[in-house]
Amino acid sequence: MYAVRRFAVRHSRFFEWVYNCFEPAMVLLDPIFRRVGYNRLEAPVVLFEKTVKGLLFDCKMCGQCVLSSTGMSCPMNCPKNLRNGPCGGVRENGNCEVKPAMKCVWVDAWEGASRMKSGDKITTVQPPVDRSLEGSSSWLRVAREMAEQKRATKEAERHAMAEAFPEAHLEEPAAVPLAYEPSAARPHREATESTTVFESGSKKEGA
Amino acid sequence: MSAERPEDRLDPAGLTNPVPEGHSSNSRLERVLRSGRFAVTAELNPPDSANPEDVYEAARPLSEVVDGLNATDASGANCHMSSLGICALLTRVGYGSILQISCRDRNRIAIQGDVLGAAAMGVSNILCLTGDGVQVGDQPGARPVFDFDSISLLRALRTMRDDGMFLSGRKIKTPPKIFLGAAENPCIPPFETRADRLAKKIEAGAQFIQTNYIYDLPLFERFMNRVRDMGLDEKVYILAGVGPLASAKAARWMRTNVPGIHVPDHVIDRLEGAEKPGLEGKKICIEIIQQMREVKGVAGVHVMAYRREELVSDIISESGVLEHRHAGTGRRRKRTAG
Ligand code: SF4
Repeated sequence: MYAVRRFAVRHSRFFEWVYNCFEPAMVLLDPIFRRVGYNRLEAPVVLFEKTVKGLLFDCKMCGQCVLSSTGMSCPMNCPKNLRNGPCGGVRENGNCEVKPAMKCVWVDAWEGASRMKSGDKITTVQPPVDRSLEGSSSWLRVAREMAEQKRATKEAERHAMAEAFPEAHLEEPAAVPLAYEPSAARPHREATESTTVFESGSKKEGA
Repeated sequence: MSAERPEDRLDPAGLTNPVPEGHSSNSRLERVLRSGRFAVTAELNPPDSANPEDVYEAARPLSEVVDGLNATDASGANCHMSSLGICALLTRVGYGSILQISCRDRNRIAIQGDVLGAAAMGVSNILCLTGDGVQVGDQPGARPVFDFDSISLLRALRTMRDDGMFLSGRKIKTPPKIFLGAAENPCIPPFETRADRLAKKIEAGAQFIQTNYIYDLPLFERFMNRVRDMGLDEKVYILAGVGPLASAKAARWMRTNVPGIHVPDHVIDRLEGAEKPGLEGKKICIEIIQQMREVKGVAGVHVMAYRREELVSDIISESGVLEHRHAGTGRRRKRTAG
């Protein structure tokens, strides 16, 4: 609804705070999501996300939510679907070129962003939307993506020793081991190994 | 044997000409701007015709006075000969052309392909635009595309040029050598963030900017102050958009019917009070060009007038901005524009 979505923009700072609490929770839940199966979760989460965000932001379920970078004004409500707006046609009164009765979505976006803590994210160049993701859950996507980034960082740390001593790593495989180490193979370390890659504390170790 | 093949006599893309050191294309516009000279571009309005002579006729008076000719891409969402077609014709006779791409009518597949085609035909300047909505044009029932917006389009073309690949990651054998531009509209809301958006365009890959019509100098100065404060004038070449108004009535019509045009009342009053509004419009335009020359951070002007190419040519000559063009007198400035 138009009035509610304008309200959300006016209170962008509050919604930013809400989302900043919500996002880490979703990321923490990733191991559980994975166990249940992202495929099985997709439909119910989509229904939930669509209801909540539809009500608050007139969300169009593009599947690639950037509300945090657009002052809580959904760019898919721009008739030109701009992801980096506004266009050059904004009317003198700040209304939309295409829909004269509507406030330009991007005038709202810059205003909303100015109230937010990390409002300058609006200056980041956004890629075009991937139409094949339309209708899917952006929340689950964020959970997967952030969890994946965490894993990638851990992986990079684990590889640092091998990268610092590349010749040794090639010539003497046991000198800089990268493969999974069963707990019995680490007699001097408390057995805290867990099965998920996400939690596995396989920190790099001096060889 | 191979010399007998007709295609071997052609090198439309100028692949044999090396790109000057530090440049990204063989564009004349890029050379003029990088040399620190005041550049002039003009808009060529596309004919509703399949006859190349109609293009050349419109281009002739402009070709002597400009560094680049913008071939509009269905501007105002009205259907005309395509920008790509016109640019291909212009490059054949050696004119510097600026291909305009609007995101309204083509998706990413079409656009990336067109850019390769254009570069192969020798087009070396591309202006990336969002485009007016279809509702203002002659075929409002058309489906608007807007797969890209001007900023994501800039980034996509920069990727094609600098990384030699499509957005899909597929390799491009010979990347296009192109000088990338974008538009800006400093005189319409939201004023406070127009400079931030310019920064975003530069970040996305814009090397030159052509603004929409500017009739409100104080408002433009405010924008330029912000631009200079942010140091953007050191990163991009800004060409200020100007054009003659035919009469007070025409100015009012433009103001209400063409998206994104701001004409202040005092300009309209001046036209209304004039005996010959046409002449007055020309005078105002020349004055604005001369004032633009003095604005720090403005690298040139972009002159637009719908289907009045002769008039534009006169305006440019009479404004005197080309008088400094004799060898060695160009104002050299250190620029870091990428
Ligand atoms: S005026 Fe604003 S909402 Fe309307 S098309 Fe342009 S950017 Fe989108």
